[in-house]
Amino acid sequence: MKLGFYPGCSLEGASREYNESVQAVAEKLGIELVSIPDWNCCGATAAHNLDKELSLSLPARNLALAEEAGLTELVVPCAACYSRFTVTQHELLHDNAMHKKVNEIIGKEYKGTLRILNVIQFIEEYIIDKLEDNMKFEINKKVACYYGCLLVRPNKILNFDRTEDPQTMDVVMKKLGADSIDWAFKTECCGAGFSVSFTEAVGRLSGKIIEDASHRGAEALVVACPMCHSNLDMRRPAMDKYNGKKIDTPVIYITQAIGLALGIDRKKLGLNRHFVPVKLDNFKPYVKKEVVVENTQIMEEI
Amino acid sequence: MARIGVFICHCGENISATVDCPKVSEVAAKFPGVAYSVDYKYMCSDPGQSLVVNAIKEHKLTGIVVSACSPRMHEPTFRRACAEAGLNPYLCEMANIREHCSWVHEKGDRTDQKAIDVVRMMVEKVKRNNALMSIKVPVTKTALVIGGGVAGIQAALDIANAGHKVVMVEREPSIGGHMSQLSETFPTLDCSQCILTPRMVEVAQNPNITLYTYAEVESVEGFVGNFNVKIRKKAKSIDETLCNGCGMCTTKCPQKKIPNEFELGMGNRPAIYVPFPQAVPNVPVIDRLNCTYYKNGKCKICEKFCQPKAIRFDQEDEIIEVAVGAISICTGFDVKKTDFFPEYGYGKHKDIIDGLQFERMASASGPTLGAIRRPSDGAEPKKIVFVACAGSRDPAKGIEYCSKICCMYTAKHAILYKHKVHDGTAYIFYMDIRAAGKNYDEFTRRAIEEDNAQYIRGRVSSIYERDGKLIVIGTDTLMNHETVEIEADMVVLATAGVANQGAEELAQKLHVSYDQHRFFSEAHPKLKPVETNTAGIYLAGACQSPKDIPESVAAASGVAGKISCLFSSSELTREPLIAFVDRIAAPDYSSCTGCFLCQPVCPYNAIEKEDIKDRAGNLIKSLAYINPGLCQGCGTCVAICKSKSIDIDGYTNQQMYSEVDALLNS
Amino acid sequence: MSNPHHTEDNSLAGKVQKHTGVKVSRCYQCGKCSAGCPVSSDMDFPPSLLIRKLQTGFPKHEEEVLRSKSIWFCLTCEMCIARCPMEVDIPPMIDYLRGESMRLNKANPAAKNIIRFHKAFLNSIQKTGRLYEMGLIVDYKSRSLNMVQDVVLAPSMFAKGKLKILPELIKDRKNIKQIFQKTLKNKHK
Ligand SMILES: Cc1cc2nc3c(=O)[nH]c(=O)nc-3n(C[C@H](O)[C@H](O)[C@H](O)COP(=O)(O)OP(=O)(O)OC[C@H]3O[C@@H](n4cnc5c(N)ncnc54)[C@H](O)[C@@H]3O)c2cc1C
Ligand code: SF4
Ligand code: SF4
Ligand code: SF4
Ligand code: SF4
Repeated sequence: MKLGFYPGCSLEGASREYNESVQAVAEKLGIELVSIPDWNCCGATAAHNLDKELSLSLPARNLALAEEAGLTELVVPCAACYSRFTVTQHELLHDNAMHKKVNEIIGKEYKGTLRILNVIQFIEEYIIDKLEDNMKFEINKKVACYYGCLLVRPNKILNFDRTEDPQTMDVVMKKLGADSIDWAFKTECCGAGFSVSFTEAVGRLSGKIIEDASHRGAEALVVACPMCHSNLDMRRPAMDKYNGKKIDTPVIYITQAIGLALGIDRKKLGLNRHFVPVKLDNFKPYVKKEVVVENTQIMEEI
Repeated sequence: MARIGVFICHCGENISATVDCPKVSEVAAKFPGVAYSVDYKYMCSDPGQSLVVNAIKEHKLTGIVVSACSPRMHEPTFRRACAEAGLNPYLCEMANIREHCSWVHEKGDRTDQKAIDVVRMMVEKVKRNNALMSIKVPVTKTALVIGGGVAGIQAALDIANAGHKVVMVEREPSIGGHMSQLSETFPTLDCSQCILTPRMVEVAQNPNITLYTYAEVESVEGFVGNFNVKIRKKAKSIDETLCNGCGMCTTKCPQKKIPNEFELGMGNRPAIYVPFPQAVPNVPVIDRLNCTYYKNGKCKICEKFCQPKAIRFDQEDEIIEVAVGAISICTGFDVKKTDFFPEYGYGKHKDIIDGLQFERMASASGPTLGAIRRPSDGAEPKKIVFVACAGSRDPAKGIEYCSKICCMYTAKHAILYKHKVHDGTAYIFYMDIRAAGKNYDEFTRRAIEEDNAQYIRGRVSSIYERDGKLIVIGTDTLMNHETVEIEADMVVLATAGVANQGAEELAQKLHVSYDQHRFFSEAHPKLKPVETNTAGIYLAGACQSPKDIPESVAAASGVAGKISCLFSSSELTREPLIAFVDRIAAPDYSSCTGCFLCQPVCPYNAIEKEDIKDRAGNLIKSLAYINPGLCQGCGTCVAICKSKSIDIDGYTNQQMYSEVDALLNS
Repeated sequence: MSNPHHTEDNSLAGKVQKHTGVKVSRCYQCGKCSAGCPVSSDMDFPPSLLIRKLQTGFPKHEEEVLRSKSIWFCLTCEMCIARCPMEVDIPPMIDYLRGESMRLNKANPAAKNIIRFHKAFLNSIQKTGRLYEMGLIVDYKSRSLNMVQDVVLAPSMFAKGKLKILPELIKDRKNIKQIFQKTLKNKHK
């Protein structure tokens, strides 16, 4: 099975463990991810903060290249890139004049045929059914699923899960045997692009998030966005300063959690690259639940 | 030879600012058959009407066209003027140059031309009008009241006390509606039950009122003065004539843990139950979905303990037919539940309740006997937050209107809370305090000044639970739009008032219209606030839009007045604009071929079969016959008749064609 | 639909509506946006107050908006629009106001770092087609002359293999250059 793939800059750089875990899981389950040839940065926050057309053109170039390469479905694990792509697709398909203009700017034609999947949709559609046959361990831990902003908002455009108290990640984690807790900061902002330019705000926002999760007994935070991850993982000193205490709850990608359940080597999943050490271990071996075969009996009787 | 009069009205400036009225009048004067044409500032005024009357007499007019506003507005006015001048009222037509011209177009030649064309069409039509006589129909002097809340109770009592019969149909086992759930009522804080219960009892005892509870309207046929109504009386599994209301069955029933609807899930009830102690009638019903006997075929404990032997497990729904002359819809409203609010936890936090739940809590007969307690752990909340406009004035949630009653009841809740929890603090997040009404603003001031309610102007963005507290995050827009965070013990959402369940189905059964929020629509927002668009069917109370008790009661008395007027004579005059099947000489008798395609399409079941027989009684031909009492003149049959045998008086094919011709040939 | 009785609206609010479709008159000042906004405490005017200033249309207020910190502190987290009962789409409005603020040279001094970071970020993409984090940090730090903070992190990022020494270059860099030429460069020279 072949699927289009857009890694994005973070996954190639500061968040490479996310990419490593996505690739490791895909490989293990026999899914081939084909990167868009010669892809470029999506422009992230900077572009749309400074210029609307630029913010649409950078993603549009990638989408056009993907179409040219004959791809129909595109997996975009980075929530920020996913959001830029989806918003761009929406704007272009709903604004003819802008669509024309952007095509002209990028010197290519984007038709709008791609189906863009975020990592959770990718898991729901291509991975979840394969878990039962491939799981080695149960992630028997209390986890807090953190969705952040970009997976659920703006919900009118993304139309993915419910905006408040979303559930899709929790469903995946429960499937992996985890106890995913109900908590208050699932969709609060972590400080996003202010990591470098306004670290203090990130310390406060991410600090509140990690504090609530650890207060409720979460042993790990599960995320699906490299921005959230780097804020929550790397900015721990600023967060601890805000909270006035040290919190060492690790932050893992949902694909790393799947990888752990599949028994993939921790290093292959990039777990060694985290700033807050990921100590989670002692997983319960997974025993496939026997399907009760009531039907056969009835069949025999007939 | 036709002698038509044309009267062009300026409607003040409403028409004349856009349409050149004198010019229209001048052009109309030259239309063939027009004997007189004039324009005037206010044709509907007294002098205007005199002008019409005098012109008819003086110029011996055979028909008139009043070119003014919509016929819905003033057709009756000018028809009366015709009658006064001795001209048959149906020889008067309105040409609408206000709604159809001046209000929707810019000033200019094209608009003038359109006005002229509209007048020309009506002149051609009126030339072909016939004198018609209005129809008399008898009136059944019994009223049907649907819904037994305070509005229905008031309407029923007023009509009954005027000496007419009333049939009341209530869906629940008891009448009383929402008012029976309330604790104390604004703005006087009198006890809701104390003022309502006597009226409920009056309904039960009034000899003019027949009460069917646990019943719903199944179907309605007929028209004003002559409705036939089928009522489904759901099986209570009790013989009501035998039950003496001792309540033995309810105490013995082993099923005790069914969430009590009347207490909004905050208490339990058995499978055989009376919704509340003051219920009218005081007769229990068996909830068959939860009764052990109906589920497993075993139990019947209630039967064993029922001394008068009133339990009937094999009772079936009963269909009761009644003939009534008028109907009042009083089916009330409902409120949104806490699960309507994603940002407040989708209803998952137990200590977030809605306003009605607070009413039950504050009520001496409620699940906590009047004490304010957190549902989660029974503790007394020391900090309570009220959220006004929860779901109201919120287009994003699909409800753009103001629910009207919540500002007042929230102030009441803050007062009641302070009376019960002296050391507690009530915070109220609000956007505006809407307290327009007699002694209403004074009431909210009392909450603020005397009972120390802390009003904070801003909406609440989110609420989450932490360590048993509810963290409420709102803003204070009177304080630099600062964020306000309150650690509350309990939150009460003043949730939006919405149309009652089943309103849409009922509206369809009754052929009355409803708005986009499924509230029933009045015929005119100002001048016909209690009428529907269907003659003989009225509205009162919160089924029309959220209303408080005084308003609901006033509307109900209004309906009673209307219905009493209707019942004041034994005959009703109806417009003769109805369909008829043509008649010609023998041997054909009619161009009707007797295909009866028209019969099933008539929404009023007005089409019957008429047999033409010879003297010996042998059938010659069957023809369609339209019952003038039932026909509402909708014209559906005209459209379907292949042999063009049906016409409608006042809107004949010939009249319509002449209008179209006049337009095409202009 | 535009109201035929009104003439063209030259106020800042009018421009916002023209360019983003956001109608500030819809806002009834409930403050729900400000209550949910993660950075309203950092802003000089929380979002609902920002809108109020646009609603009055007084020159003094419009000036305050364009010179505000608020427009730069907005994280585009979209919480405000997710909860706004009147569906006032604040984030695109703020995007537009940022553009106007820069165009008119009115950007708030407190936003210096944020703007520098955005510029450094785009600069990196413009040169290579992709984000070169190492280069970004060096570029940003030299622009902001604030070397202390993140330099602390850099060595450990290296150690964890999170920073690459050399930038990754895409092949069709001409295309990227052309995109920048036709958008950003065209407007903010
Ligand atoms: C929390 C709260 C507090 C309030 N406090 C006050 C107050 O202090 N003072 C005040 O003046 N007002 C108050 N009100 C408003 C008051 O409740 C209403 O004004 C009043 O109940 C309206 O009466 P009603 O008869 O129109 O409707 P309802 O009370 O809703 O009664 C409607 C009746 O019709 C029945 N019904 C519905 N559908 C059908 C059907 N299809 N067939 C047969 N029967 C049907 C229902 O079962 C019900 O019995 C409050 C409302 C709320 C929600
Ligand atoms: S038969 Fe049903 S209603 Fe009667 S006592 Fe048993 S459970 Fe209760
Ligand atoms: S009555 Fe008051 S609380 Fe209720 S919707 Fe209207 S303004 Fe809001
Ligand atoms: S939430 Fe919407 S309506 Fe309320 S203040 Fe903010 S923008 Fe205005
Ligand atoms: S998008 Fe901006 S203004 Fe809106 S809530 Fe987020 S940070 Fe605040």
